[in-house]
Amino acid sequence: MVSASIKSSEIRFGECNKKLLEEVIFYGISLGADFVELFIENSDNSSVLAEEDFITNVSPSFSKGAGIRIFKDKRDGFVSTNDLSRHGLMRSISQAIEMLDISKKTNKLIFNGLEKLKDYSKSKINWLNEVPTINEVSEKLLLSTKSLKKDKKVVVRKGSYARNWQEVIIASSDGTYATDIRLHQTVGLNIIANDAQYRSNGSRRFGSHGIPNEFRLWDHEKASNEVYESSMNMLYADYVQAGQMPVVLANKFGGVIFHEACGHLLETTQIERGTTPFSDKLNEKIAHESVTAIDEGISEGSFGSLSIDDEGMEPEKSILIKDGILKKFLSDRAGELRTGHKRTGSGRRQNYSFAAASRMRNTYIAKGEFTKEELINSISDGLYCKSMGGGSVGATGQFNFAVEEGYLIKNGKLTKPVKGATLIGDAKEVMPKISMCGNDLELAPGFCGSVSGSVNVTVGQPHIKVDSITVGGR
Amino acid sequence: MNPTEITTQISTAANILNIDKWDYGASFSNDYSVQVDRGAAKQLKASQKQVITLRVWNKDNLVGITTTSDLSETGIKKALRQANIASEFGNKNEFTDFSPLAKDPIHIKEVDKKNPLGIKKLLKILREAESKLIDSHEAIKSIPYNGLSESFYERIYANSDGAFRNYSKSQAAIYLYARAEEKDKKPRSSGSVKLGYGVEDIDIESCIKEAAKKTIAHLDYSSIKTDKYLICLSPEAFLTIMNAFSSIFNARSIIDGVSLSDKNSIGELISIPALNIYDDGLNDKNISSAPFDGEGTPTKKLILINKGKLENFLHSESTAKIFNTIPTGHAGLGSKVSVSPDWLVIEKSNECSDLNKSLVHTNYQGDFVYIEELNAIHAGVKASQGSFSLPFEGWLYRNGKKRSIESATVAGDIKYLLKNIINIENEKELTTSGISPHVWINELSITGDE
Repeated sequence: MVSASIKSSEIRFGECNKKLLEEVIFYGISLGADFVELFIENSDNSSVLAEEDFITNVSPSFSKGAGIRIFKDKRDGFVSTNDLSRHGLMRSISQAIEMLDISKKTNKLIFNGLEKLKDYSKSKINWLNEVPTINEVSEKLLLSTKSLKKDKKVVVRKGSYARNWQEVIIASSDGTYATDIRLHQTVGLNIIANDAQYRSNGSRRFGSHGIPNEFRLWDHEKASNEVYESSMNMLYADYVQAGQMPVVLANKFGGVIFHEACGHLLETTQIERGTTPFSDKLNEKIAHESVTAIDEGISEGSFGSLSIDDEGMEPEKSILIKDGILKKFLSDRAGELRTGHKRTGSGRRQNYSFAAASRMRNTYIAKGEFTKEELINSISDGLYCKSMGGGSVGATGQFNFAVEEGYLIKNGKLTKPVKGATLIGDAKEVMPKISMCGNDLELAPGFCGSVSGSVNVTVGQPHIKVDSITVGGR
Repeated sequence: MNPTEITTQISTAANILNIDKWDYGASFSNDYSVQVDRGAAKQLKASQKQVITLRVWNKDNLVGITTTSDLSETGIKKALRQANIASEFGNKNEFTDFSPLAKDPIHIKEVDKKNPLGIKKLLKILREAESKLIDSHEAIKSIPYNGLSESFYERIYANSDGAFRNYSKSQAAIYLYARAEEKDKKPRSSGSVKLGYGVEDIDIESCIKEAAKKTIAHLDYSSIKTDKYLICLSPEAFLTIMNAFSSIFNARSIIDGVSLSDKNSIGELISIPALNIYDDGLNDKNISSAPFDGEGTPTKKLILINKGKLENFLHSESTAKIFNTIPTGHAGLGSKVSVSPDWLVIEKSNECSDLNKSLVHTNYQGDFVYIEELNAIHAGVKASQGSFSLPFEGWLYRNGKKRSIESATVAGDIKYLLKNIINIENEKELTTSGISPHVWINELSITGDE
C-alpha cells in the first residue's frame, strides 16, 4: 500500500489513506496546533432479540465518521463528523482550530509525516464473514429462551445478542499511523418469575472480543440453568434488614464494585477533575495488604481486550495496587499531558463522536489464598452477595450497588435468600476492609459508561470478604 | 440534502429494489459544547451528526429495519437491502403498520429558533459562571462537572403512503456541579441544570445560585439512623420515581410482561384519589417538546392517572392495535417499536379532602426527611417488581431545623408509595423532566450510617 494509490480525496477503509491523512494533519499543524489526531471509524453492528418463542427484533446498523482532536498547550478541541471527504475533514480541523482560538502559529512539535502503517487488522479481515449469520443467531437464541421454559412460574423469557464490528484508522502528528479491526459479541438472558404476589428477575450476560466463533460455542443450556436457578432462589425471598455487616462478594461480576468504586478513581480524568481522593497517594497504602488490583487490555478473548487503544497505543498490563499500595494510574494522551502520568494504552471511546479518555479495560482483583468456604466460615452474621446488579458512584466517591441474589450468613453458613439489598460506601473506607481474597478469580463482561461513552470492559475478582459495609434494605 | 430530497432518494432506491412499503425517521444535528477547569478551557467540542432509520415491509408484511449514517445513494441502497434481509426475521407474532395518524395535522410550537452563539461565546459564559460559583463560598473548591451546550437539529418522518412531516429546533443547556470541601469533613457535591431554546434563554444566574445554595447547604451534614421516616419528596424526586415506574402506563411493557399493570388495569385505583398524572409533551414549558413521535403520530396531552385511577396507557401503532385503540404519540422508531412518556405533569385532583394539608415542607415543625434528589435510578429501581432502593441527597428536619444527611438510601415499593401519599402540596414546580408539587409519603425505610 503506497500513498500514490489514492485516487479519490475520500477516506477509504481497507486502503491506504496516508497522503490524505498527512494533508489534514499538516493543515492543522500549519495553523498552529501542537498536536493533531484523527480517529476514523467504520462500523457494522447487528442485534437480535428473542422473546418467549419468537424473534421480535433484528436491527442492523452502519456508521462511518471521524473524530478530530487537536491540542494547543493543555487545551483540546474535538470535532466529529460523518463527512469523510477531504473537504469534510479539512472543514472539521478548521473548526477545531477556530474553537481553540489559536492565533500563534508556532508549534511545540514538528510534523514529520506519518510512520509506516501498523496494520493490526491483517489477521482479522475475515471476522465479519466468520461471525454467525442472523439465522444461526436466531435459532440459538430461540433454543436458549426455550430452555428457560422450565416452570409455569416463568412468565418472561428473553435472549438477546449483539455483534459490534469496528474498523478504525488512527493517525496523529507524532507519526502514529495504525489500523485495526475489533469484534465484540455479547449474549444476554433475562427471566421474570411470578407466583401470586412474588416476583423475581434473573439475568446473565456473556461476551467476548475477537472470537468470531464464540457465540456458536456458547453453552446456552448451562446459562439458562444458571439464570433459572437464580430467579427461583429469589422468588420467595424476604427483604434484607438494613445495617452494617460483613459481606462476602462472589467472584466474576462481583468485581463491578472495585471497577466502579475504585477503578474509576484511578483514571487520570478523575485527577484532572480533582474528584479522586487518591491523586496524591501514589506509593502509599490505600487498601488492605491482601489486595492487588490489575487493569490490562491483553487477555486473549476478554471483552475489554485491545490490540491498540483508540489513540494507537498497544495496551499494557497495569498493576494499579500491589499488596495494598497504589502503584499506577490509568492514563491517556490528555491525561499524560495534564497530569504527567505516562500513557498506559487506556485511551478509549465509544465511537468517533467521543474524544478518547483514560478508561479501564479488563480490571480485576488478583486471586488470594483462601477458599470461598473459608471466607464464609469466618463470618457469624453477614451477607453473601452471589450476584451483583448495577450501581453508581457519586461525585464524591460514594457508591451504591444492588445485590441481585443475596443470602444471609449465620454462624459461618449460608442460610435463606434475601432481596432488596444494596451495598453503600466509598472506596477510601472500603478498600482497607477487604481482608480476605479467594483463590477463584474469574472475569465477567460488561459495559462501562463514562466521559467517553460506553466501552466494553471486563470486571473480575475472586471471592472477597469485606469486614464491614453498610447494607441498605427495609 | 433537504428532507424532500432525502425522501425522494429513498423512494427512488426503494423502487429500484422493488420495495413497495417503507418509512423512515431521520435526525440531523449540529452540536457545540464547552467544559472548563478553573478558568481554562478543558474540552471544546463540536459535532455534526446525521442518522436515518429505515423500515421496510416485505411481501409477507413483515418488517425489517436498518440504521445508517451514510446518506449517499450507495449508503441508502445498502440500508434498504439490509432492512429487507432483516424483514425475513420480522415478528410473525405481532404485525406493525404505519400509524393511522401519521397524516393527521400536527401542532408545531412557535418558538424562536436561536442562532449558534459559537464556541468562543459559550466558553466566555461558562468561564464566568464557573468563576462566580467558585467565588460564592470559600468551601467550593472546584466545579468538576460543568458544561454549556447548544444544539440545532431537525427531525423528519416520512412513509411510502405519502406521510411527510418535519420540524427543526434549537436547544441549549448548562450544568454546574460544585464540589465543596471543609477540613476534617467529607467532600460534598451538588449542582443545578437549566435548559432553554438558546443560551440567551437560560437563567444562568439562577443556575449558579441554585448550585451554590444546594452545595453549601450540604456542608453541615450528619449521619441518619436506619429507620422508617415520614418523607417529603421534592418535585424532582417524585417525577424521578414516576418516570422510573412509567412501565405502569406503558402498553409495550404490559404486552412484554414487565409492567405491574395488565390489559385490564384501566379503571383500577392505583393511588390515593387526590392524584392526577398527565403526560403532556406539548406543554409550553417543555423545552424538548416534539410535535410527533417516531411513527409520525402527533404528540398529545394524555391523562394517565385520574383521581387515583389508571385512565390511559401510552401506545405505539402496534400496541394500540392489540388494545383496540389508537396510538397516543409515544412511539420510538425501531424494529420493535418502543413506547415511553414525554413529559409528566403531576397535580392534586379535586378529590383531596383526605389529605393532611398541614404537611407543607416550608413550615411543618415535625420530624421528617426531605428527599431533594434521587440517584442511581438505573441500578436501584426494579420496575418489573415495583421495588426501589435509591441513594439520595436530602435533609433530616427535626423541630423545624434541617440538617443535611451524610449518605443514605431510601427503599420502598411503588404500589405502597402511591397508596400512602398523605399530602400533595398546592404549589407546582417546573423541573427539567416535568411539573410536580411536593408530595408527602407516610413512611419509607431509610438506611443510614447509624
